[in-house]
Amino acid sequence: MGPVNVLLDNIDLYARGFLGTIELFVVSAIGSLILGAILAAMRVSPVPILRAFGTVYVNILRNTPLTLVIFFFAFAYPRLEIYDLSYFTRACIGLILYTAAFVCEVIRSGVNTVPVGQAEASRALGFTFNQTLSQVVLPQAVRNVVPPLANIQIALLKNTTIAAGFSVTEAGGIYQALSERGANVFVGLLWVAVGFLILVVPLTLLQRNLDRRWSTAR
Amino acid sequence: MTAAVLYDIPGPRARARNMLLGVVGTVVVLGIIGFVVYRFAVTGQFDARLWSWITYVNIQYLLLGALGNTLKAFAAAAVLSLLFGAVFAAGRMSDHRWVSRLSTTIVEFFRAVPLLVLIFILFFGVSRGLGVNISAYWAVVLGLMLYNGSVLAEVFRAGVRALPRGQSEAAYALGMRKTQVMTNVLLPQALRAMLPTILSQLVVVLKDTALGFIILYQELLYQARFLGSQGQLGAPILQVAMVVAVIYIAMCLILSGLSKLLEKRLRRSPRGGAAAADEAEREEEYAATL
Repeated sequence: MGPVNVLLDNIDLYARGFLGTIELFVVSAIGSLILGAILAAMRVSPVPILRAFGTVYVNILRNTPLTLVIFFFAFAYPRLEIYDLSYFTRACIGLILYTAAFVCEVIRSGVNTVPVGQAEASRALGFTFNQTLSQVVLPQAVRNVVPPLANIQIALLKNTTIAAGFSVTEAGGIYQALSERGANVFVGLLWVAVGFLILVVPLTLLQRNLDRRWSTAR
Repeated sequence: MTAAVLYDIPGPRARARNMLLGVVGTVVVLGIIGFVVYRFAVTGQFDARLWSWITYVNIQYLLLGALGNTLKAFAAAAVLSLLFGAVFAAGRMSDHRWVSRLSTTIVEFFRAVPLLVLIFILFFGVSRGLGVNISAYWAVVLGLMLYNGSVLAEVFRAGVRALPRGQSEAAYALGMRKTQVMTNVLLPQALRAMLPTILSQLVVVLKDTALGFIILYQELLYQARFLGSQGQLGAPILQVAMVVAVIYIAMCLILSGLSKLLEKRLRRSPRGGAAAADEAEREEEYAATL
């Protein structure tokens, strides 16, 4: 029973688990980007009440443990009897709500790092708010936004394991299945760690590459 | 107030449109909140019976003890991750090739592996694989130390590297040795600039103590689950979760508020090492997530 056997004997578990991780990640990543962009738009908008809503949302969610958010959706949400959602959907909603707050902050601070003169010049040319934002500020903000945004999505990928702690078919949940099969849990978990390294390291390298290239450009 | 740069002072038409947007936005947000409150009411979550647990002295002590456990894990993990970060930041900046290589590998490894997987390895894996039993408390604390320590090592290194080169060159020119340059010249300046980032990383540590719940460390969430499943109290899991959420959010807001306050004060002071602060802030965007 070498360490490789633990992987090969349970390859079905690992394949299913990491496929679950990637599914959870892709759905949550897309969702969090959309919600985060909406929140960021609220936070820089000329409507004070919308700015206030955005600020309150971000401050609350950023200071809540993700475990608590998922705890709420795992155990408390069914009590409200709103709509019977699968655990996968509820985990996605929790991850989206949490991650969107961070996405919002990154987009907002990216918009804020664009020199004031750029927006002033475009306004002097008669651009409206929407034109200023979409044609002058955002294209420049992208290079400030994408590297940290990639970081947040990498963190989201790792955070999917928390959803597994509340049992969902996903890489972090492999532990339970392994111990039921009587396999070596220590080696089995190390393989989970290796799996995450394989997923995370290329993304991190890509992120650093982007960061280096774009941060020196200014 | 850079937001104001994006648009002109609104004229009458823009004001009307903003008003409309504001009203529509408010209606949508209030609608969502109202719907949730309505569901609370319909499913009887506001019944006095489901809230009566708060009045039991025993339960108050139970929650207080759980809060104590959370804070205990937080304090130990915070101190240990600062130490771990300092050691490995020094290791990464070492002139000895093998020391810096080794430190880099360790730091990168623990940053890439999900914290929960680390905690699982410590709690379930090490006891079965190596025969060393680690209690839930230590599994949480050590896991937090390895992960947050690695992030902090990066923060420390970024802070030191962001200082102007002239600082260390001048110190060397004065005949200081490597350790002296680091401890007497670079660190005092870098730490000042990094303090807000370090504090906001401590918020992450505090938040992540909640992961202890998953390996049944008896902290706030664990007790919330326990109380929430008590039939004779009416299984008030939603209510307990809400109270626990308020406790967590309040604690984290205090820490984040402190970090923001410090940041503002550092910005105002003229010799705050603006470059180091900027670099630290960039690192924070990574650190601020889990």
